[in-house]
Amino acid sequence: MTDQDNLKYTAEHEWVSIDGDIATVGITAYAADKLGDVVYIDLPAVGAELSGGTVVGEIESTKSVGELFAPIDGTVTEVNDSVVDAPDLVNSEPFGAGWLLRVRFTNLPELLSAAQYRELVGE
Amino acid sequence: MSDPRPTASARFSPLHDVHVAAGASFTDFAGWQMPVRYSSDLAEHRAVRTAAGLFDLSHMAEVSVTGPDAGAFLDYALAGKLSAIAVLQAKYSLLLNERGGVIDDLVVYRTGEHEFLVVANAGNRDAAVQALTERATAFEAVTVEDISDRVALIAVQGPASRAILEATEGLETTDPLSSVRYYRTTGATFGGGTVLIARTGYTGEDGFELYVDAPDAAALWAALAAAGQDHGLIPAGLAARDTLRLEAGMPLYGHELGPDTFPAQAGLGGVVALGKESDFIGRHASEHGPDPVARRLVGLSAEGRRAGREGYPVYASADAEAVFDALEGMVEPAGVITSGALSPTLGHPIAMAYVDPSLAAVGTRLFVDVRGTRIPATVVALPFYRRAAV
Repeated sequence: MTDQDNLKYTAEHEWVSIDGDIATVGITAYAADKLGDVVYIDLPAVGAELSGGTVVGEIESTKSVGELFAPIDGTVTEVNDSVVDAPDLVNSEPFGAGWLLRVRFTNLPELLSAAQYRELVGE
Repeated sequence: MSDPRPTASARFSPLHDVHVAAGASFTDFAGWQMPVRYSSDLAEHRAVRTAAGLFDLSHMAEVSVTGPDAGAFLDYALAGKLSAIAVLQAKYSLLLNERGGVIDDLVVYRTGEHEFLVVANAGNRDAAVQALTERATAFEAVTVEDISDRVALIAVQGPASRAILEATEGLETTDPLSSVRYYRTTGATFGGGTVLIARTGYTGEDGFELYVDAPDAAALWAALAAAGQDHGLIPAGLAARDTLRLEAGMPLYGHELGPDTFPAQAGLGGVVALGKESDFIGRHASEHGPDPVARRLVGLSAEGRRAGREGYPVYASADAEAVFDALEGMVEPAGVITSGALSPTLGHPIAMAYVDPSLAAVGTRLFVDVRGTRIPATVVALPFYRRAAV
């Protein structure tokens, strides 16, 4: 389990874990809970160039479709095939096995701290 | 992602505190804060298909119709012949406008010779009460009263429902539940109060709906939950209710039904009793029916896991470009989805859609535009799911 206090967040309910020039990206437990049971995930391919703030994937639950926004500019180095095969990992382990993407970035934009994100979602 | 917070005018079920204590997530439904799920939509859906689910439907509107003219009045006000149903019987019916469109779909229970209970959708409460009240002015001996605020509605749905009700402490039914058939009711008592128990529901499973005085609702909920522990009963929210009714091919007002939809377009032509002798609101328009080219409601079944959802266009062709080039102009969709989801029971996408009548035959290959990608789908007969015969 990742330490949620040390993660960065976006207003679109993604979390970002920074290790060198690689960012691991997932959606927050709050977002997963709001979506309900996730049944389908569409992610960009390895090698795809992401532009921060744009829609790069979809997360569908039984009730609705959530869009995955790229939190940063960069190149996709890895996608989590396990979560594509078993989308419920997003619900059961949103900060762990339910991670979505790894992205190599050159520039780290301003992201929310854990405290700022908690304030945003009112928790 | 949207994040609806309750507004100052939000309404709350008499069971709201029970749901909060159970850890429910809430959603706005027609101005009510109702449980959308307690834990998992899919687990709640499966519990109803395999064991049982406990639903709070207290947002539904209840209208009491009483008096010697009650039957004749309902025959005039609604599309069905309600005077013909027996005491303790229930009937699905429609409240039509003059154009033959649907103001609301309803379940009517005959609770006495001159007493009926009309149950309307929460979002149509005001419209239904207003229409019934106006239509009652043509009758001398009938009283229409909105009793929604005094009545709570709890549903137990699923194959274990009867065993659960029979095991519920303090719930005494007038007739044994084994003798209460589908769309029939029995009186009951719980605590000091009375309960109307109906073998009705909106899930495609066997089940019961219990109309109870609002102050008694929390105690009844707790007694049902306790009795259900050994039967796999779990509380279920509106998310599961929606996928359950979709699998069962049941229309939802505002999706499959609306003021500009003829019942016949939705496959509900049989609910409009054109054979009854008396006049009723919407009769003239219903006799002339929908335009032959008006769209028809169909079931769509697709492969994969990407579901077409409400509002997604349906096309006759897979290839947008080819058709566009051939016609040198805009190609209109051949239909639109009104409800759709990945079916939890069947494991593939299902949807209800209105399509052009030439494309409504079972087996027709159509294409759903899922956010820019055309996904093949096949017209299938409704319902998608039918429970095994008991």
